Amino acid sequence: MVERSEGTGKEAGRGGSVRLEDVAVRFRTKKKDVTALRDVSLDVAEGEFVAIVGPSGCGKSTLLKLVAGLLKPSSGSVRLREEPVTGPRNDIGYVFQRAALLEWRSARRNILLQAEMRRMPADRSRRRTADLIAMTGLAGFEDAYPHELSGGMQQRVALCRALLHEPPVLLMDEPFGALDALTREQLNIELNRIWRETRTTVLLVTHSIAEAAYLANRIVVMTDRPGTIAEVIDVDLPDERDYATTMARPEFARATGRIRDLLGAASAAD
Amino acid sequence: MVSQSTTSSVPVAGVAERDRPGAGEQVLDAVARSWRPVVLLLACLVLWWVITAAELVEAYLVPSPAKTLQVMSDKAGYIWHHTWITTYETLLGFVIAAIVGVLAAVLMVYSSSIERTLYPVLLFAQVIPKVAIAPLLVVWLGFGLAPKVVVAVLIAFFPVVISMVTGLKAVDPEMIQLSATMGAGPLQTFSKIRFPASLPHLFSGLKVAVTLAVTGAVVGEFVGANEGLGYVIQQANGNLDTPMLFAGLLVMSLIGVVLFVLVEFAEKLLLPWHASRRGAAVTTTY
Repeated sequence: MVERSEGTGKEAGRGGSVRLEDVAVRFRTKKKDVTALRDVSLDVAEGEFVAIVGPSGCGKSTLLKLVAGLLKPSSGSVRLREEPVTGPRNDIGYVFQRAALLEWRSARRNILLQAEMRRMPADRSRRRTADLIAMTGLAGFEDAYPHELSGGMQQRVALCRALLHEPPVLLMDEPFGALDALTREQLNIELNRIWRETRTTVLLVTHSIAEAAYLANRIVVMTDRPGTIAEVIDVDLPDERDYATTMARPEFARATGRIRDLLGAASAAD
Repeated sequence: MVSQSTTSSVPVAGVAERDRPGAGEQVLDAVARSWRPVVLLLACLVLWWVITAAELVEAYLVPSPAKTLQVMSDKAGYIWHHTWITTYETLLGFVIAAIVGVLAAVLMVYSSSIERTLYPVLLFAQVIPKVAIAPLLVVWLGFGLAPKVVVAVLIAFFPVVISMVTGLKAVDPEMIQLSATMGAGPLQTFSKIRFPASLPHLFSGLKVAVTLAVTGAVVGEFVGANEGLGYVIQQANGNLDTPMLFAGLLVMSLIGVVLFVLVEFAEKLLLPWHASRRGAAVTTTY
């Protein structure tokens, strides 16, 4: 966590790790202008886990791309760790729905791609890779190629790659969307543990209401096109969460119930 | 990569068992896979022999297999010399086409104005029948090596460019975005992601190109040469020496087959990840 102790620093305290102010994104197509996001303001504190849920095509992924600097807002401002985002940022980790692994590299070397691109010192990146492999339960699979790995294992490799450089902010775009329910549950549990151990700020886009409520401190519920924030729900659960017990708690039921109400209302309004 | 061979010998639960049979199994496997085409080839040979032995066709039109082989061994030195010339022209043309083709593809993918400028010209160069411009090339470049190599390049260039452009464009856009979040520059993204990702496409283009390069070299020789298999065939044709004509044809096809297999072998060597994904596909010749 070298990067986190410097830069934004402790004095920034709960200061914004990610801050969006009145952000709007409009795409111009041949036929018409499409507004993907409108009036989006969001403050994410350092070390916070924020989940973003909403109907398909509501601009959830667009939001993450704005934070990463892969996309520019049409209006409004995006700040990441107190700095305005002007182009692609490299002080983040990004995980896509598809693992997006290089087929010609083994699991270990896929993780190390991050280090190679950043020219990290070899001994540090090797140690870090070994730690992550152990942490994500990839031990024994280091030398396997992507096509030899199951979907869950591939996504673990993608997660390790995103965490290798100890990013202060982790952006995840439906990372477990393509996995079966059981694997997804396992990875949710692992992600909760990893988040607690690394204390990275996490922005997670998901379609799963349960996933959002189990993992997040706060849940951003978005409306359909143009995407706006309907409500931000606080999840009053401790950071350390046992899967089965959490599911049975009233706070969990309250959060998921509220999301369902909001999303139901959004689709009923259509 | 080195450590992989030692660690992967222990199968790990969850990792798909890798297909690495022993030497004996490999031989059996090769036999199982290649007996069909071998039988078909033998059948053709038998048919050829039957036709000539029964004298269904005049001997001066179709020589017997024995006669053809006789010529090949009698004039082995002569055939070998001209085979080497044609092979050399083919290889030179192929290598130049591969290098220039890859470079052109990279330029075209990275600059749309270059692409818009080059593409129509390339297409135009491709649709001109090479047989038709070969005489012109001989007029310009003489009877030596140059016109043959140029025809081979012209004919082999197109599949290389097309396949490489396709390969470079087929890269997962998310992979490119990911690369940007890693702080990678365009050169790093190219060398670590784009280029390796395009290699399977490139190799399918190279396989087509290498067989076409043989055609190109021979076309060049047909038009004006005093060396090479094209010249041998022209000479044999003039003398109605059909055994030599057949011998030339056989050797010529052999060059194409051998070069094709070599490119395929290089592909397996360089892209083991690709070959293993493709599995025992029918597109492999050995």
